Parts: sequence; C-alpha cells; structure tokens
Amino acid sequence: MNTPIININGVSKSFGTVPVLKNLSFEVAPGEKLALIGPSGSGKTTILRILMTLETINAGIIHIDGEPLWHMLKDGELISADEAHLHKMRAKIGMVFQLFNLFPHKTVLENVALAPILTKGLTKSQANIKAMELLEMVGMSDKAKNKPAQLSGGQKQRAAIARALALQPKIMLFDEVTSALDPELVEEVLNVMHKLAKETDMTMLLVTHEMSFARDFADRVMFFDGGKIVEAGPPDQIFSNPKEERTQAFLRKVIAAGHRV
Amino acid sequence: MEWDWEFSIQILPQLWEGVKVTIQATILGTMIAMTLGLLLAIARRSANEWISRPVGVFAELIRGTPLLVQLYFLFYVLPDLGLLLSPLTAGVLGLGLHYSTYTAEVYRTGIDAIPKGQWEASKATNLSANQTWTHIIIPQAIPPMIPALANYFVAMFKETPLLAAITVLELMNQARSVANYHYKYVEPMTMVGLFFLAVSVPSVILLRKLEARFAPSNS
Repeated sequence: MNTPIININGVSKSFGTVPVLKNLSFEVAPGEKLALIGPSGSGKTTILRILMTLETINAGIIHIDGEPLWHMLKDGELISADEAHLHKMRAKIGMVFQLFNLFPHKTVLENVALAPILTKGLTKSQANIKAMELLEMVGMSDKAKNKPAQLSGGQKQRAAIARALALQPKIMLFDEVTSALDPELVEEVLNVMHKLAKETDMTMLLVTHEMSFARDFADRVMFFDGGKIVEAGPPDQIFSNPKEERTQAFLRKVIAAGHRV
Repeated sequence: MEWDWEFSIQILPQLWEGVKVTIQATILGTMIAMTLGLLLAIARRSANEWISRPVGVFAELIRGTPLLVQLYFLFYVLPDLGLLLSPLTAGVLGLGLHYSTYTAEVYRTGIDAIPKGQWEASKATNLSANQTWTHIIIPQAIPPMIPALANYFVAMFKETPLLAAITVLELMNQARSVANYHYKYVEPMTMVGLFFLAVSVPSVILLRKLEARFAPSNS
C-alpha cells in the first residue's frame, strides 16, 4: 500500500451516551474505491460525516494526506483544530448526501459554480465554464438554468455530484446517494459514479445499500457492525465467501430483502 | 357636534407636517428593526455563551417593558447619563429597538426552518460561516418571513403616536396642538384616524397578498 491518503487511528465517537464508533482504525490508499456496508446504526455514515468535519471525534486521530484533520500542530504540540485549519482540510474532501442538499434558491449552474467562486477565487465566467463541463459529464447540461425543485431525484443527485466535483477534491464521500431515489432513477446516478470511478484517480468512499453496485464499484469492501469493522477485503471475497458469521447473516438478510448481490 | 369643512382645510398643512414626520419615523424605525433584529437573531444563535446569553437577556428586557417606558428612558433619562438625543432620534431608536426584538423572533423562526442539510452542504462545499449566512441561509430564510415582518411594520406605524409623549411633532402631536389651540377636536382627531386607516387598510390587503405569495414552501 502507498502512503495512505486517509489514516484513521483509534477513533471513537459517541452521541450522548451511545457509542457509535469504538476505537476504529483503518487506512485508505490514494485512488482507492472503498465501499462501507453494514446494518443501519453500524457507524458507517458517521465515518463519512467525521471525515467531512460534520461531526467531531471523541478520541483518536485522523490524518488526511499526511495532515491531521481534527488536530493541528502548535508549538510542537497537537491541539484541537481551529476553523482555519478545518477550512483548509475541507478543500481536500467533497461529499454527496442522501437527500442531495442542493441550494434550492439557486439554479443548477449556480449550485455548481458558487463554491469555486467563493472559495477558490474563480471569476464567474471561469467558474461557469468549469461548471458546464461538469454538468456535461453528469448529463445535466440541459438543466443548467433550472432550479432544483424542477428536477427529478436522479437529476438532483447528479447535479449534487457535479457540485462536489467542482472543488476538485482528492477524496469524495458518497453517503447513501441512491437511498432516497425511486428505483427507476437509481441507475442514472450509479452510471455517473461508475464513470467517475473509471475516469478519475480520486479516492472514493461509498456508504451504500446497493450491494451489486458496491461489488462492481469498489476495490475493497468493509463490513461494519456495532461501530467496528467486522470484515474487510476484496468485493468477491466479502460477497461470495465471507468469513465472519455476522457478515454472512447480514448478506442473507439483504438478499432476502430483494437486493441483488 | 358639527363638521367644519373650512376648518378641516385650514389645518391640513399643519397636519401634513405631522404626516411627514410619522412616515419618516416609521421608515427609519423599520430600517433599524430589520437590521438590528437580524443581528440579534444571529447573535442569539452563537455557540459562544458570552454572546448568546446577554443578547437573550437584553431582548427579554426590551420585550418585557412597554415601548412608552423605553421612549421616556431614551429621551428623559439618557441625558442624565450624558447622552442627549433629539426627540425624533430618540423616537426612531425606541421604535427600532423595541421592534427589533420582535423581528429577531421572526428571523429566528425563519432561520430554524432552514433544513440542517443546507448547513452541511455549505460546509461540504467549504463555504466560510459568513458565506454560508449571506449566500445560503439568509436568502432562503427571508422570503417566507416577509408577511410576518410586514405585519410588525404596520403595527409599528400605528404606534408612532406614542412618540408624541417625547415631544416628536408627528401627526398625533400636530393634531393635538391644533385641537387644543382651537378647542375643536372632532376634525383633527377624525382626520388622524382617517389617515391611519388610509395607510393601514391597503397595507393589510397587501399583507394578505404577500402571505398568499410566500406561504407555499419555496423549495
């Protein structure tokens, strides 16, 4: 493995008295496509939210690209990160949400171009050109002037992917991005992600219930339960030949619920 | 009791002077209430308790006391502390300050109504706190608040006669002075009432229209 782009070391997280992550450690290699699977409440979404700095951690340390995420060095000592440090670190990471979270008062184009203008100092016309390229890539250029309310769920999610890509993150986090979609719209979003995975060397972390997609998309699959990694390995191994009893039970349940594996 | 048309016309210019002050006070008071209210609402949401707590106490203090008392304070008590305000300045400040604590509540409700996902998407696209407020939160929060804000401004307009108590020569004060001078009350007081009606009734109709326009969710 190359120097990891994400290094999670001994991270714990509780919501109130409820522990969500328990002394969690793992690494992600640059360019790796990692799928996190597991039952609801297993902590997989929390990991993405911590990486996006939407949730704090209670213990442990995370390094992104060699730099601590939630900490910073001051006079040789590791202290809690301040807003300026978090701002710098967020530039490396993009996130796509289950419920899209597009800005409803802005057009699709403005949604994509806004952050590059505000955070990267691009002019409006530079940002718009870049945004149109991205919208082209996700098949949304004809909807550039529409407001999110006029889009289908699949179109919203493709626009949200373009918005996250506009900041050229090194790491992209996909949090159950097809869970809120009608079944017939899932495909168009997965196709875009497939294209991304093939065409870019971005590191991608994916939390999903689409097992067949995880199998197809990921270099490595991690099965979570109770805030811990139960089993990790190449998709073929996890899906066809899981070692752990809990993984087997989970996959049986998912198949019974009608998901293809 | 008889209506004297000639007298009515004769006092019109003086009442008109009052109308101008009344409108001026309402507009300036509205501007203060709108901006200060927003700042109060944002400060009350601050994670820093040294900011949010005192601001909360201040707002409760203002809301818990009558506007008239506050006006007396600004105009008659502050000079003892070395701050001398003109009647209109004190009046406009009083109106603005008083109503800012109400508009702050409207802003707060509107801001709370913005889904958490909007804040998270702002963070995920690396916007700063200021950028999140100015580009994402406020533009979405304001339109649904417009009817409630407009409602307070109509209410403020109807409370401007209180400024007479601190010698502002607004409409009510002018009418009273005319009436006292001529010992004729019917015409000036009726005309004051009609003026307020003439502004309030169209305002209420406009408000209904605003409510109809902004009531459905804008997302």
